[in-house]
Amino acid sequence: MSQSQLAAPPDGAGTRWGRRLLIGVVWAYAALLVVAPVAALLAGAFREGLGAIVAALAQPEVLASFTLTLRIALVAVVVHGVFGSMVAWVLVRHRFRGRAWLNALIDLPFAVSAVVVGYMLLLVFGRTGLLGPLLASWNIQVAFAVPGLVLATLFVTLPFMIRELMPVIEAFGPEQGQAAATLGASEWQTFWWVTFPALRWGFVYGLGLTLARALGEFGAVLVVGGGIQGRTDTATIFIFHALEERQYVGAYSVALVLGLVSLVLVTSIDVVRRRVK
Amino acid sequence: MSVATALPPAPRPARAGAPAAHWGRWGLRGTALAYLAVLLLIPLAVIFRDGLREGLGGLWDAVRAPAAWSALTLTLWTAAVMAVINAVMGTLTAYVQERFTFPGQSVLNALIDLPLAIPTLVTGVMLVVLYGPQTAIGSWVQEVFGLRIIFAPPGIILALLFVTYPFVVRAVQPVLAGLDHDEEEAAATLGAGARLIFWRVTLPALAVPIATGTLLSFARAIGEFGAIAIVAGNIPFKSQTAAVYVLGAVESENRLAASAVSIVMLAIAFTLVRVVDWLQHRRPERAE
Repeated sequence: MSQSQLAAPPDGAGTRWGRRLLIGVVWAYAALLVVAPVAALLAGAFREGLGAIVAALAQPEVLASFTLTLRIALVAVVVHGVFGSMVAWVLVRHRFRGRAWLNALIDLPFAVSAVVVGYMLLLVFGRTGLLGPLLASWNIQVAFAVPGLVLATLFVTLPFMIRELMPVIEAFGPEQGQAAATLGASEWQTFWWVTFPALRWGFVYGLGLTLARALGEFGAVLVVGGGIQGRTDTATIFIFHALEERQYVGAYSVALVLGLVSLVLVTSIDVVRRRVK
Repeated sequence: MSVATALPPAPRPARAGAPAAHWGRWGLRGTALAYLAVLLLIPLAVIFRDGLREGLGGLWDAVRAPAAWSALTLTLWTAAVMAVINAVMGTLTAYVQERFTFPGQSVLNALIDLPLAIPTLVTGVMLVVLYGPQTAIGSWVQEVFGLRIIFAPPGIILALLFVTYPFVVRAVQPVLAGLDHDEEEAAATLGAGARLIFWRVTLPALAVPIATGTLLSFARAIGEFGAIAIVAGNIPFKSQTAAVYVLGAVESENRLAASAVSIVMLAIAFTLVRVVDWLQHRRPERAE
């Protein structure tokens, strides 16, 4: 948003109103598109007062759905924290056949429909899926159970950690690692004691974005979880069911909380990012 | 920064440090690759195998089934309408943000990123609260224009516009900021007005970021589900999009239909992402 010396269009006369018009159009668009719906949700949730919101949020199903969502999101954060950083490291520092191809695939979860993600997981882990019989013989249930929800969330949040870390790893350069290696450190030791501390901010951003995305995932967990009330009801699935059952205040309140939490997470990442820069 | 639009260029491999322990190295690479295989490659392979189980002809028949075809065309045309509006308004927003100073500028800047932070299901809920048939606006529009917003294409387009608002803005803005002013100044010296400069000098320089932002928003729109599931409802031939159709096919255990439409969606998304990648790489390197 830097304002250059040339910020004012060179042509003076007649453009002041043109400029005001353009600014007005953009503001009107943003207000209609973004502000109005947010305001409507606030109004909808508060229609029956704060007491109704508190009562809606205190329902046992709501608390259970928030707990489940949080648990899944935390698992996603830990798994991507460990394995995602390994993938980022290998993609930047190692050379092997198919690396460029694999690198292109990392972004696929951004483009794949969440429903398709859930369906793919059913095809692999479902009762009639590829690994279904094997899992059944071991008595492990993935589809229509919490492990399936975790896998779905892992899929949709895959790129965040990797994409935050790769540029930092690249910028960090191999020199310090080489120095550590000269002193006899293994690649693992170098990673944990030399590289990781240098990457910590990329790591923090990646975790925050993963968490925010995981909290709001809906399509993939809906398909893979099958929406079994109580067992696979995450916060988003609760909203979906509540709307179907016309429990509007409940749906709006949970939506409000979910939106606020995600917003606070993403905003604080932005603020930290600017500070660190 | 918008994460969803960030498609960084392929990394340049750096030579791995000094001779590291062989086993640690292979262990690391093997673990990383196994992780990607389990999460990404196996599910992708399985869906293609499933969709092609009756050959390409079977897949095509499943795609051409009336409900599937109608869902796909609805998805494509609503996404196209969104893409056109988004290209125009996104570019305008980026231009206003970058070139003018006005009150509330930082608020507007925050608003642009808001859709990325809000879960799309919540977006859908917000739109229903605002435009639903029982609400003041919804019933007014229906009475005056005889037009439904919710459970109809206008709602789908609104939801897509909300979800993809940052895509074009955030693609155009950095390029606009880094644009050399020399050409614009030269045009001004030659007597060109602000409008002419914009159309003839500024806009052509922004063609690539506008295209990439628009294509990415289109790709995103093809797969969008959360917002649409709430806003569009699930009326076959009327408001059923491809993602909602796949959900229905999964629930009724119509596997070939689900796999076929999924493969078409995957193919469109992947092609668009590759095109965007190509566009970004053919852009001449800019000095940072």
